[in-house]
Amino acid sequence: MSDRIAIGRAATVDPMFRTYLTRELKNRRRQTLIVAVGMALAIALVIVVNSVAGGVKAAQASALASVYGVGTDITVTKAATTSSSGTQQFTFGAGAGSTTGGTRTFNSAQLRTARGVTTFAATAVTKIASTSGVQAATGVLGLESTTFSGQTPNSGSSSAPQTRPTAGTGTSGGPSSFGIDSTTVLGYDVAASTAVGPLSSTALTSGRMLTAADAGKDVAVLDSDYATSASKKVGSTVTIDAKTFSVVGIVKSTSASGASASNLYIPLDTAQKLSGDTGKVTSVFVQATSAAQIGAVQTALEKSLGSPMTVNTQASLASTVTGSVSTAASLAQSLGLWLSVLVLAAAFLLAVLFTVSGVTRRTREFGTLKAIGWTNRRVVGQVAGESVVQGLLGGAIGVALGLAAIAVVNVIHPTLTASAATATAGPGGPGGPAGVARAATSAASIALSLPVTASVLGLAVALAILGGLVAGAFGGWRATRLRPAAALRSVA
Amino acid sequence: MYQLTNIGKTYKQGSRIVTALKDVDLTIEDGDHVAIQGQTGGGKSTLLQLLGALDRPSTGSILLDGKDLARMRDAELGRVRATRIGFVFQGFNLIPTLTAQENVETALAPLGIAATDRRRRAAEALAAVGLDTRASHLPSELSGGQQQRVAIARALVKDPSVLLADEPTGALDEDTRNDIIELLERIRDERGITLVVVTHDSWVARRAKRRLQLRAGVLTERPVATVPVG
Repeated sequence: MSDRIAIGRAATVDPMFRTYLTRELKNRRRQTLIVAVGMALAIALVIVVNSVAGGVKAAQASALASVYGVGTDITVTKAATTSSSGTQQFTFGAGAGSTTGGTRTFNSAQLRTARGVTTFAATAVTKIASTSGVQAATGVLGLESTTFSGQTPNSGSSSAPQTRPTAGTGTSGGPSSFGIDSTTVLGYDVAASTAVGPLSSTALTSGRMLTAADAGKDVAVLDSDYATSASKKVGSTVTIDAKTFSVVGIVKSTSASGASASNLYIPLDTAQKLSGDTGKVTSVFVQATSAAQIGAVQTALEKSLGSPMTVNTQASLASTVTGSVSTAASLAQSLGLWLSVLVLAAAFLLAVLFTVSGVTRRTREFGTLKAIGWTNRRVVGQVAGESVVQGLLGGAIGVALGLAAIAVVNVIHPTLTASAATATAGPGGPGGPAGVARAATSAASIALSLPVTASVLGLAVALAILGGLVAGAFGGWRATRLRPAAALRSVA
Repeated sequence: MYQLTNIGKTYKQGSRIVTALKDVDLTIEDGDHVAIQGQTGGGKSTLLQLLGALDRPSTGSILLDGKDLARMRDAELGRVRATRIGFVFQGFNLIPTLTAQENVETALAPLGIAATDRRRRAAEALAAVGLDTRASHLPSELSGGQQQRVAIARALVKDPSVLLADEPTGALDEDTRNDIIELLERIRDERGITLVVVTHDSWVARRAKRRLQLRAGVLTERPVATVPVG
């Protein structure tokens, strides 16, 4: 016979332990319910906050993926100079345009690097690719094709220069109308893998992707949204800076934000030739050999490329995501976290207070059990067991509540807006990659989906057990301080 | 056998020191039936708690079969209570959420006895006090006398050598009191255990072989020959 053995049995299979525990919890239904509900609310909140944080993180990643591609760990850009990001102008001479009746019609097209970005020598791509820890690197040239068209009354004078007039607005001197159409064009290395770069987050919906054989050719792949709005399909043609391109494929973004990084994708050398940026790129997308290498690669690239170049990781890119997704992330990380901690602390405190007061109320009971030979360990085990079961009960209810709340959110699918960056302050400041400039002008809508992970459920169960153990520890401590004689005397 | 030598017990009540027992010398033989009487606050319950290894004296020694309870650690005292001493309280002190059978089993729980053996022994103990048909009843479903019988079964189920009863009939009517005392005496006769009863009731005290009187912590023994029985 040994108390140690007896206690071991009590904690595992002893029917006395189970029976006593069950009866006590049933007998104190109200207290059990209050403690369990308190714990349940806290656990549910922890689950929901964690899930929201996960969902928002996924939304941020999705917003970034649509711009940078899913495989991109690092982007390299060059800070914009004043001249490179100057105001876009369309200038018409006195005799420009054609006159029909009393109306003069103007048409002009421009192709230039996307606003807010600067070109740099494509030799940087080779240098980056040879850096230790770099798995793959690909350079792109981000361009913006803008066409201006307008009509004015034929007054015989030039109305130029016009600086980016608002489409459809009139001017003084008679009815006039102007229109601007802007299309983003991305030149990429068709010989390189698309596993890294903007096209890594797209899927081919029709036609084919560009191949190494397309280098130097006037062929294009279109974003599906753009193709739909422009009524283009495989076999159609598109005009870029007065040059006609054949559409060979349509791609669709695989990210939740819905649109891919550019309207058109063309061979890099074709883009360079078209824009007069031979041997230039606007950004390099880099994939590290492993996530652990990202920091080291960033440091190495910053050192080797020098100050005009900006090296950004996904972590710093995440901070450039703005919109309601950013607000949600902020709420989940600050308010949600603190609210969870506060409610959890309140639930633990509630459990502790009820357990200690329960032990005090049961002074005679525990005094009697000690009088008939129950050891402190056995009494503490009984008190702690009751608390842990209360905690687990709360945990189970909390998990159910949390999952129900997540299910409701997932059914409603609230939409968040996300903009990956601004054109003038892209990742790392001015001079972000071409895709960034586009994302800034059209914020993406992302349906928030809350994930449920095993780790979050594990955390919930662990917190429930911890809450029970904390309450049990305090209650047990109170019980061990009861001396049987004093306990019986105090009742008498 | 108990051998108490020069026992003193003091309590601290705020800044005041209260003397509960003073220079108590006492020997109780195996199988004795002893009654302890005295005024409220005279030290009766304190003496019973010292005999029951629930507390330690401030001075002196309490030998139970040669081992000094005053020098034992808490765990050892707990073992002595679990194996050798049975308690019966005035208020019965049953666990309200457990049935009569389960209440009796609580006394066997610290002994590491298998559940099936516990159930069997508890059922036998309940049968011995005439409550085998009430085994599945909660204390609230039993009368005072029946509850005290359950408490006696709980005290006896572990086959103790000593049975200590603190006002065992204090909460019972006269008929039930008589039944309980007769039950305790029968058990003592059958099992040869030592029975020590603290009581205010002179009728209960007169049934004992030895009557002890405690006044202001000082113990005296009244000669048995002067006690009229009946």
